[in-house]
Amino acid sequence: MALMNTAKRLLNRLPVPEVKQGSTIWFFRRDRMAIISLAFIISLSALAIFAPWVTPYPDQGRGEPNILQKLQTPSLTHPMGTDSLGRDVLARILFGARTSLVAGFIIVGAAVLIGTISGAVAGYFGGWIDEVIMRVTDIFLAFPPLLLAMTVAAVLEPSLKNAILAITLTWWPWYTRLARAQTLSVRERDYVKAAHGMGVKNFTIILRHIVPNIITPILVQGTLDLGAAIITVSSLSFLGLGVPPPTAEWGAMVREGREYIQIGKWWIPSFPGLALFLTTMAFNLLGDSIQVVTNPKTRGETL
Amino acid sequence: MRRGEYLIRRLGLGILVIIGVLMITFIVSYIVPGDPARLYLGSRATPEKLAQARHELGLDQPLPLQFVSYISRILHGELGISLRTKRPILEDIKIRLPATLELVISSMMLALLIGLPIGVLGAARRGKTFDQVSRLVTIGGVSIPSFWLALVLQLFFFLYLRWLPLGGRISNEVLLAHPIQIRTGFYLIDAAISGNWVAWWDAFVHLILPVVVLATYPISLVVRMTRASMIEVLSETYITAARASGLTEREILFKLALKNALIPTLTIMGLLFAYSITGSVLVEVVFSFPGLGSYMADAILSTDIYVLFAVTMVVTLIYISVNLVIDLIQAAIDPRVRLGERGDV
Repeated sequence: MALMNTAKRLLNRLPVPEVKQGSTIWFFRRDRMAIISLAFIISLSALAIFAPWVTPYPDQGRGEPNILQKLQTPSLTHPMGTDSLGRDVLARILFGARTSLVAGFIIVGAAVLIGTISGAVAGYFGGWIDEVIMRVTDIFLAFPPLLLAMTVAAVLEPSLKNAILAITLTWWPWYTRLARAQTLSVRERDYVKAAHGMGVKNFTIILRHIVPNIITPILVQGTLDLGAAIITVSSLSFLGLGVPPPTAEWGAMVREGREYIQIGKWWIPSFPGLALFLTTMAFNLLGDSIQVVTNPKTRGETL
Repeated sequence: MRRGEYLIRRLGLGILVIIGVLMITFIVSYIVPGDPARLYLGSRATPEKLAQARHELGLDQPLPLQFVSYISRILHGELGISLRTKRPILEDIKIRLPATLELVISSMMLALLIGLPIGVLGAARRGKTFDQVSRLVTIGGVSIPSFWLALVLQLFFFLYLRWLPLGGRISNEVLLAHPIQIRTGFYLIDAAISGNWVAWWDAFVHLILPVVVLATYPISLVVRMTRASMIEVLSETYITAARASGLTEREILFKLALKNALIPTLTIMGLLFAYSITGSVLVEVVFSFPGLGSYMADAILSTDIYVLFAVTMVVTLIYISVNLVIDLIQAAIDPRVRLGERGDV
């Protein structure tokens, strides 16, 4: 909390460029929750990148056991206590942030890439290509989202790579639908027709003229989904399907610390879960603000 | 599109999707790196035994033939045998599905009961403190990891307050002293039918925490959806006309506007069902609730692929049917859906 306040104060002191009143950025800047969320995400990313230098226990963060100091209550030397192998929980959380953030970005990035291209192809060509691609998305969307990811991750060997693969497999069809709808509205524009008339190849048209004009709403949707992607990775890890030990991951840390809660060592699973909650919430608040601010109907409604 | 045409197209799509789902579960089972026969026999099996097991499991036949026999087995309701417990999967699912459905249906009812009025009030007091707080709380509700919330509530209500049980579906002592006659498989209903109130209360107390955790995400989603569609409806001219004619605000909100605002909320009920039933895997693990979710979690840990595929398939088929029913109800009450204006049929 103290960290967030400092970040906010720093942010307020920065010289602010003049922004036209009523513009999107103007509304966004007035949105306190969005600014706090953004500050939180930026600080967390910085802490994750510089984790080995920020924490006094980088080896423990990477998984080195320190058995002599196991199960210690939170104190000044270990602000969030130590786990069953004596590792500093705070250091593990900072290293876990690397795993969660990277995994979240890769999943959304890969899904946006696959979705944009398949959606643009479906919308641009229409006909049987459109029919085939859209029916495939129907089939994937017919599975309850997390269920297919669980099953696929379970038949593969448990690793972060496989968890990311399994989640991406269930994530892309949403972007395909969005990209297709956007493409349908762009396809009939004059510049696309002109390019077609000049004999530009179809794939060049898609990459040069369609994709740049449909990408903004897809990227906004991607930002909205980052929080969900992070929580999904951790859910798989909690079930034992994500990162194998000793790599730190928030869901896996909750799983490992679960049995210690009954003997009163509440801090082992509580802090990693809290980190996961706050991070997901920051991404969701930010996404919600972007949505509210970019929609002229709801502008100015934020906190 | 006429009503009949819509019905045929929607059913056709449903069948296509079911075949697709079966194909995907079948394909996924062939990228399995481990050998099912080896999982079945354990690591110390001899090559002859392995070959025999492969033959018994039908793994030595060509793929298309395996797919056909896979489909025909499913049509006959044969879901195979668990690699871990060697018990027929269908029997296990029959016992565990009602437990999970009791959990899921209770939490969806709770979501509607709490979510609808809060969403309506949020729309009526748009931008005011109530609305702002409810926005923050609902974003929190969709952000909180269910497995963690479950642990925190367990810590608080069991370890500190000792108000609620740690987990399970019913206490063993109660079940021994007051056995429940199973009719529907839903403990609350079965116990109520036979007037077994001791068991009813015990089952109810065991349901509280899992239901609350499982309902957190759906409540938030229902609030946001209801608020958004209420705002849309409240700006229509017939609402202004109703105001002018002197109807009270309460009548306008809950009688006139809510009826029309319910349609979009109905669309997400399918999604909520899917969320709850997969979310039950995480929640049942924490509360040791003996439903389909913990069955799935056990199968994940022991790579019991036949159980994984069977549960995935059964749950997906239920999900597809739920969505089909929701779509048909919607088409019946909202002609725009039939006419294809919703675009995403």
